[in-house]
Amino acid sequence: MAEVSPNQGEEPAPSRRRLLAAAAAFAGVAIAPGVTLVEVARAARPGEPVTSKVRWGLLIDANLCQEGCQECVLACNRENGLEGGTRPVDVQWIRKVELKERATGRTLGLPVMCQHCANPPCVDVCPTKASFKRADGIVLVDRHTCIGCRYCMLACPYKARSMVHEPITQQKPEVPRGKGCVESCTLCVHRIDRGERNTACAEACPTKAILFGDLNDPESEISRRIASLPTKELRADLRLDLGVRYTGL
Amino acid sequence: MPRALWLLALAAAFVAAPAARAEPGRVPLPVLEVDRTTTCVAPPEVMRRQHARMLERRKDLTVRHGVRGGKEALTSCIECHADRQTGAAVATPQAFCQACHDYVAVRLNCFECHQGRPGALRSGAIEPGTLSRWLR
Repeated sequence: MAEVSPNQGEEPAPSRRRLLAAAAAFAGVAIAPGVTLVEVARAARPGEPVTSKVRWGLLIDANLCQEGCQECVLACNRENGLEGGTRPVDVQWIRKVELKERATGRTLGLPVMCQHCANPPCVDVCPTKASFKRADGIVLVDRHTCIGCRYCMLACPYKARSMVHEPITQQKPEVPRGKGCVESCTLCVHRIDRGERNTACAEACPTKAILFGDLNDPESEISRRIASLPTKELRADLRLDLGVRYTGL
Repeated sequence: MPRALWLLALAAAFVAAPAARAEPGRVPLPVLEVDRTTTCVAPPEVMRRQHARMLERRKDLTVRHGVRGGKEALTSCIECHADRQTGAAVATPQAFCQACHDYVAVRLNCFECHQGRPGALRSGAIEPGTLSRWLR
């Protein structure tokens, strides 16, 4: 018969108890920030530099987008102080593209803006590094270094960028814009940096066809919808890993 | 001793020179309307010399890293320093930024892109061409 150890059924020896207590305390410290701090405060708070923990993006539902509706375009113009002209030289950050399937005659309208690529061709070609991608995935133009060469406009497969051809005096204070620079959708970066979590176009859409959110957060509505719906990237063959996805195409 | 006299005259000229420079020149000094009840981000002597450098540092922080708002932001400068009559920090010879930049003949090109009025579109449109006339 096996001999019963004298310690069995009693509390662990003092040294072992200390070790367990220390381990428990350590685990508590390690788990607590992992659960509370990192998960809740993923995005930078206003006044703090942006981080790559978040990646902002849009999900556009082409089934909900109404033909002939221009609300997102108008809201973008209002929000960013764009003139809203329709000449070839006028600035446009969102375009409504109307598609028609030849075989069936099905028509489709969808807004196309800067797709905020993870591998943006506009950033690759920019000779002054004015075109850049922020840590949170937003592709922007630094107007202080943009020389207006328009190479990025040629490189962009989505025709998302516009050149400002004329002097501007009606800028919004939070959206500085000027002649001689290239610009495009900023994903309402001034709103995001203020701590708001919606873009002007998504807010204005009467059918809620545009959804804004954090693609890196599996709990966000945009991530859940992308995980459950068949979504597509425009020109996915280019493998640019877009921040804007479409469903119902 | 004519030689010593010469030296004395020369020394006197050097001593007198700063006094002559302090006299008003042909260009009148800018008259700035500043609200002294509030304080800027740094004392006036520092601001006069360093404001461009401060704004440059801040611009990279804002554009590249998304740090907006606060007292060092250009929009905050304009909120405080906009002219009371015209409501703008540029576009008139009396305006805060414009007056000094005219005096020292340094081109002021921030406002080719930035709005020189606090919340301009909220309060109503400005006459087209006003800014571009001053920003040539």
